[in-house]
Amino acid sequence: MMKKKQSIIHSIAAAPHIFWSVLFIILPLLIVVYYAFTDGEGNFSFENILSLGEYAEIFGLSLELSVIATFVCLIIGYPLAMIIAKSKPKHQKIFLMLLMLPMWTNLLIRTYSIMAIFDDGGILNSLLGTTFHFIGTKGAVIFGMVYDFLPYMVLPIYTCVSKIDKHMWEAASDLGCSPTKVLTKVIIPLSMSGVISGVTMVLVPSISTFYISQKLGGGTFELIGDTIERQFVTGALNVGAAISLVMMILILISLSVMNKFSDSSDGGIIV
Amino acid sequence: MEKLIELKGISKSYDGEKVIDSMNLYIRDGEFITFLGPSGCGKTTTLRIIGGFETADEGNLYFDGTEISNVPAYKRHINTVFQKYALFPHLNVYENIAFPLRLKKVGEEDIKRRVTEMLKMVALSGFENKSVSTLSGGQQQRVAIARALISHPKVLLLDEPLGALDLKLRKDMQNELKSIQQKIGITFIYVTHDQEEALSMSDTVVVIADGQIQQIGTPTDIYNEPKNAFVADFIGESNIIDGVMLEDKKVKFSAHVFDCVDGGFGKNEAVDVVIRPEDVDVVAPEAGMLTGKVTSVTFKGVHYEIIVDIKGFKWMIQSTDYVAPEATIGLYIEPDAIHIMKKSKYSGMFGDYSSFSDEIDTLSDADTAEEF
Repeated sequence: MMKKKQSIIHSIAAAPHIFWSVLFIILPLLIVVYYAFTDGEGNFSFENILSLGEYAEIFGLSLELSVIATFVCLIIGYPLAMIIAKSKPKHQKIFLMLLMLPMWTNLLIRTYSIMAIFDDGGILNSLLGTTFHFIGTKGAVIFGMVYDFLPYMVLPIYTCVSKIDKHMWEAASDLGCSPTKVLTKVIIPLSMSGVISGVTMVLVPSISTFYISQKLGGGTFELIGDTIERQFVTGALNVGAAISLVMMILILISLSVMNKFSDSSDGGIIV
Repeated sequence: MEKLIELKGISKSYDGEKVIDSMNLYIRDGEFITFLGPSGCGKTTTLRIIGGFETADEGNLYFDGTEISNVPAYKRHINTVFQKYALFPHLNVYENIAFPLRLKKVGEEDIKRRVTEMLKMVALSGFENKSVSTLSGGQQQRVAIARALISHPKVLLLDEPLGALDLKLRKDMQNELKSIQQKIGITFIYVTHDQEEALSMSDTVVVIADGQIQQIGTPTDIYNEPKNAFVADFIGESNIIDGVMLEDKKVKFSAHVFDCVDGGFGKNEAVDVVIRPEDVDVVAPEAGMLTGKVTSVTFKGVHYEIIVDIKGFKWMIQSTDYVAPEATIGLYIEPDAIHIMKKSKYSGMFGDYSSFSDEIDTLSDADTAEEF
């Protein structure tokens, strides 16, 4: 009797979540799948999927830029997370706030600001009297990705590193690890789950971004996000859906491969 | 035995508060030495300075005759068993124990032989491939000991290693640690707040309070000849009474002159007199040197714990004979049961059982709060 009552309460409590998931996650996914496998008249067709070959180059470029951006984020983010985690609790709060502060500003405004600063006739060049060409290069797109997504790398690593018992550092050193070995043999392996979460949280939005590449790429590149956007804007819903679907599947595959590398059971990973 | 470790004038402060106050101490090769004291007395900090996790503000630390004050932990021939074991969760039992050997690039076959040997010594054969998180506290403890001993350190530091274990397991591990130490014959420096543990395991006990060494000696010395009221009270139960040394081997306290075995004090010098509860005989009031009224009697299994009021001072007596509460009894004390101590800053702070409560005692015993 009690059990039944409880399970009713549970399902009532879960209902909004289930409703939300079905309406805004599962249903749209099904619509994407439907469009990906139909032609303009609603007939079942593999044509969209088969036509994706012509976008391979764009896929490649997106992958290249986002992998580089993720790597740069990792190189900057890991030491940063470590420094924050090892500082005094009072300072940690300030560091974290500084890190999050840019995220309070809209992505659009941030991207426009980067343009305003680095444009050929922008603030930096007019101040220095130089003719530094940055906007419109791959570097600018990577810079934008790193700038926008760095906090997503730092936060999970910070959470993970700050949970490592201080005795781990001491025990490693006690057993003969030089300061470098303490990091490579103990601390980095123990923070792998944070690294993997961070990589995921930077790679996924980087690979599918369209805004950063449009603005900072100066219209010279097309990334896969741009392609998808263009398909939908021009009404080619079926091809757009097919690209999205393939992207999702590719991301899923790469995440599950990464998951294999972190066999830690404490989660922290999205998939 | 030669001096292996020597501390000369070691001091350490945290936020202006002195935790260790110019400590001098030497530790001999191959001994089992225990730092004993209440929480916050500086014993753990002393251990951490020896291990290389803290640097002393003042003073010098010598190892085998060489100054090592500035040698980092990983270059010292000293290993540590941490209070919470600090096993590496990303490695299994075998790899945890093999860790120091892998750093030294020891050959695979050698590693296998030595790890197997170690596992056998700590009675964990067959646990090689287990994840450390699946082990019980006692098993994790053994892995930590094996890991600390595998690279043959000259000294093993143990920071309250049994604090997290239950009583029964604690007793077993005490015996086991002692026998491991005797088998391999290296120096063990053991930190504890548990006086019973210290007395039963150690060759030498160092009693520490307020950042200073109160007494160094064998367990028997420390128990029978405490140097001051702190030591007398911290090690076992004691009645500590104000007395006056009339002359050698004559002491007056509780308005009675007693024969004793101590001497070398000034004439009429004020002293602290220690009498252990088990050294007092209960006799008929007229046959006693002192008489008093029983205020409480508690059955403790092997004996009764009797609190007696003698001229306003509450004594504790342990006797196998029952006496009734409210009864008037006589006390008889042999001369060699009376131990005389010089007055110290701890005089008058301990040794009166008027506010005695078992509960308070156990509460402070259970306090394993981490020290800085």
